[in-house]
Amino acid sequence: MSAADPALRLAHPVEHMEQTRKKSRQPFPFSAIVGQEAMKQAMILTAIDPGIGGVLVFGDRGTGKSTAVRALAALLPEIEAVEGCPVNSARPEDCPDWAGVTSSRMIRKPTPVIDLPLGVTEDRVVGALDIERALTRGEKAFEPGLLARANRGYLYIDEVNLLEDHIVDLLLDVAQSGENVVEREGLSIRHPARFVLVGSGNPEEGELRPQLLDRFGLSVEVTSPRDIETRVEVIQRRDTYENGYDGFMAHWRVQDDALRDRILGARALLPTLKTPNTVLHDCAALCIALGSDGLRGELTLLRAARGLAAFEGDATVSRSHLRAVAAMSLSHRLRRDPLDEAGSGARVVRCVDEVLP
Amino acid sequence: MSWDRARLTLEVLAIDPSGIKGLWLRARAGAVRDRITQSLGIIPLPLVRLHPTIGDEALYGGLDLTATLSSGRTVQSAGLLDRPSALLLAMAERCPGGLSARLSHALDLPGHTLVALDEAADSDECLPNALVDRLGLFLDLSDVVWSDTEALEFDDEALAQARARLPKVTLSPAFAAALTRAAAELGISSLRAPLLAMAAARAIAALGGRQEVSDDDLKQAAELVYAHRALPESEQPPQDQPPEDPPPPGEDTAQDTPEEQTEDNQSIPDEMLVEAARAALPQDLLDRLAAGRMVRSAKGASGTGAERGGNRRGRPLPSRPGRLGSGGRLDLVATMRAAAPWQPLRRANADRPEAALLVRPSDIRMKRFVETSDRVLIFAVDASGSAAFARLSEAKGAIEILLAQAYARRDHVALLAFRGKGAELILPPTRSLVQTKRRLQGLPGGGGTPLAAGLQLAFATAKQSKARGMTPTIAILTDGRGNIALDGSADRAVAEEDALRLARIIRGHGLPAIIIDTANRPQPSLAELARTMDAPYLALPRADAHRISGVLGAALGD
Repeated sequence: MSAADPALRLAHPVEHMEQTRKKSRQPFPFSAIVGQEAMKQAMILTAIDPGIGGVLVFGDRGTGKSTAVRALAALLPEIEAVEGCPVNSARPEDCPDWAGVTSSRMIRKPTPVIDLPLGVTEDRVVGALDIERALTRGEKAFEPGLLARANRGYLYIDEVNLLEDHIVDLLLDVAQSGENVVEREGLSIRHPARFVLVGSGNPEEGELRPQLLDRFGLSVEVTSPRDIETRVEVIQRRDTYENGYDGFMAHWRVQDDALRDRILGARALLPTLKTPNTVLHDCAALCIALGSDGLRGELTLLRAARGLAAFEGDATVSRSHLRAVAAMSLSHRLRRDPLDEAGSGARVVRCVDEVLP
Repeated sequence: MSWDRARLTLEVLAIDPSGIKGLWLRARAGAVRDRITQSLGIIPLPLVRLHPTIGDEALYGGLDLTATLSSGRTVQSAGLLDRPSALLLAMAERCPGGLSARLSHALDLPGHTLVALDEAADSDECLPNALVDRLGLFLDLSDVVWSDTEALEFDDEALAQARARLPKVTLSPAFAAALTRAAAELGISSLRAPLLAMAAARAIAALGGRQEVSDDDLKQAAELVYAHRALPESEQPPQDQPPEDPPPPGEDTAQDTPEEQTEDNQSIPDEMLVEAARAALPQDLLDRLAAGRMVRSAKGASGTGAERGGNRRGRPLPSRPGRLGSGGRLDLVATMRAAAPWQPLRRANADRPEAALLVRPSDIRMKRFVETSDRVLIFAVDASGSAAFARLSEAKGAIEILLAQAYARRDHVALLAFRGKGAELILPPTRSLVQTKRRLQGLPGGGGTPLAAGLQLAFATAKQSKARGMTPTIAILTDGRGNIALDGSADRAVAEEDALRLARIIRGHGLPAIIIDTANRPQPSLAELARTMDAPYLALPRADAHRISGVLGAALGD
């Protein structure tokens, strides 16, 4: 398929899925996910501070990776956007010229969580010439792509390690600059594309390029729960969700609402949070000890720690917050040692114990 | 496999198609399989056929270009996934990762069911893991002969009643727990399996007219759903697991404490479920399935440098008349150019002469690109003392023949040697044949055999060239007596362990490799290394230089 391909414009996979989702019931509630604390915490942190820059979830099949992302979509607070704006602008004057938005009415809509399907083409991602209008009406118009729709929201890539390289290149560029620049087929258009990148995948099926790895703020590894009791609990909750939907949702929706309120509270608290110099020193010391490339490690570590402090309702960031988020912020930024079977997560934990006693 | 099992499988699928998610049918095309596929009509969903190369337009629908152009307004066509249906995927063993991810997504939403017709001939072809994990049921018809089968006839009335009964069928929490435990004990780490088994148990109970799932239902469900997922017993010990793959969760608990299991106050011990599942399929089939899964996961990786049949990027070729939606990109300028001469003619007898441009489907031109990724052959040559005395010169001869071939194909070649305490990259990837030959002639010999270090360097070189967009192949020439460990110590046991670990890593990255045994007698340890690496193994004593090049050519996929 291709963006130059009108065939896919109106009934694209993503639209299709969204329609199906609307028709079907609500996704499995976030709070009802058993265990997988690191994954849940990482997702909550990005919801508090989108600047952290996304989550990568790597792990076995059937561990609830996709479930958690879909649940997160339902959990996130709504955003205010200009009616009919293809990039979900927050103010009428932010709407791009090419969109021709006439309304200045603000509407509330769910935080966009856009699926990036694996076989997606460049045109579909960045947007391209509106072929239908070009052919039937002879007009040159821009057809926005998935990046436009993901602005101010989430971009979710399942099986991110199987994504084709040229798509990865596009994402790298846009995720970094927050702006999508389209120069093709006689179009010259730019629009904001700030989104939280959420990727999931199974490492058995291929690795991720280090450049893309680095763009994810946090990374967590999930494994199937090991003890029988947890597994039974997972199965039973899922079964109740399937077969006793109403009662189950009534119970968990309350919990989800409480969690949403806590996230909103944390967002409000974030600007007033104090970060002592000692914490900055700790960040730097840890990153130096681990030999992580670049400074993105420190920045993410600090942001994540601030997010956690806000989530826990503390007024100051402390070393304990750093320790809690160190593994998820840094483990994917280390130089890979193909022989270290313990994984980089264990290396970070070891190092945290040494550097931040 | 008894024919009754096939019947029960189909009945379960027909009763709860969207809960069971589907059937993995492993069989060659033939009369036996036809008996099954002919009865798929009992699934109360419209049957839709898919093929592995199906495009997104067909799956999700889209703009009907011909109708749109002729009518001048947007006309949509419906996609196959738009309404709940029973999807029949032919040649499922060739299903590419992209399609399997899309189908997986469709299956995760309620509604669809998928019957995957897997015609895999050998163990290296297999249904993608994502689908194996999601489809509830499995049937293997490869050993079933026609005389064992009979025409399947189903009582539609009874199935309809069972479907009506299904929502009310209850399954006690103790049974759910038992199914979960049994799955853990069988080494099934995915949590989808117990859920699917529960759905199957409910369907079986509904079929039997029961309001509550019974012991027997549970056992049958475990048989249907778990049997093909179970790790073969030979693979159960966790130390056999590949590095990234932690031992199946719960396994330790389950195996270390069998007493606790039996003391549980359940009406059905987990062992019965485990046994039922184990008995359902022959062990060699499990081994074969596991082998297929492994290969799939190793070679399924699509990283940089894989060759792509390009109609999306690469060096542009002249555009061609084509059809939109076949995965290509429209060449707008060429399309306009093709349409231009016809404008006056078309305008004369058009329904809408006011349109700016009258384009017909025959005008559509698609962009074409070629993109080939360069191959690089990485020779890791054992130049240790033992090899030097034995057959180093012969190995050199073999390499020279390969070099000539590589030259003819314009492949890149890299050369590294391992001897003494470590490995050395003698020639980084190059196309210069002369240089390679010269370096090869001057290859010094002597010292220990740091096989692991050689593998490590070969791996690093392969990864580097992969990152540069090339497709690497590793050829290892050694006499196999690896006796220097990675840290340089002369400890044979550690050295062999290191080599095996690296072999697993190389396989894990899906790098094609070949091992050429240059020892006077074939080394079993090298054959094992080759197996671990999933690489062809060739013993030089039984082969001349030309045969090596033939085998290597085959390994490279010529």
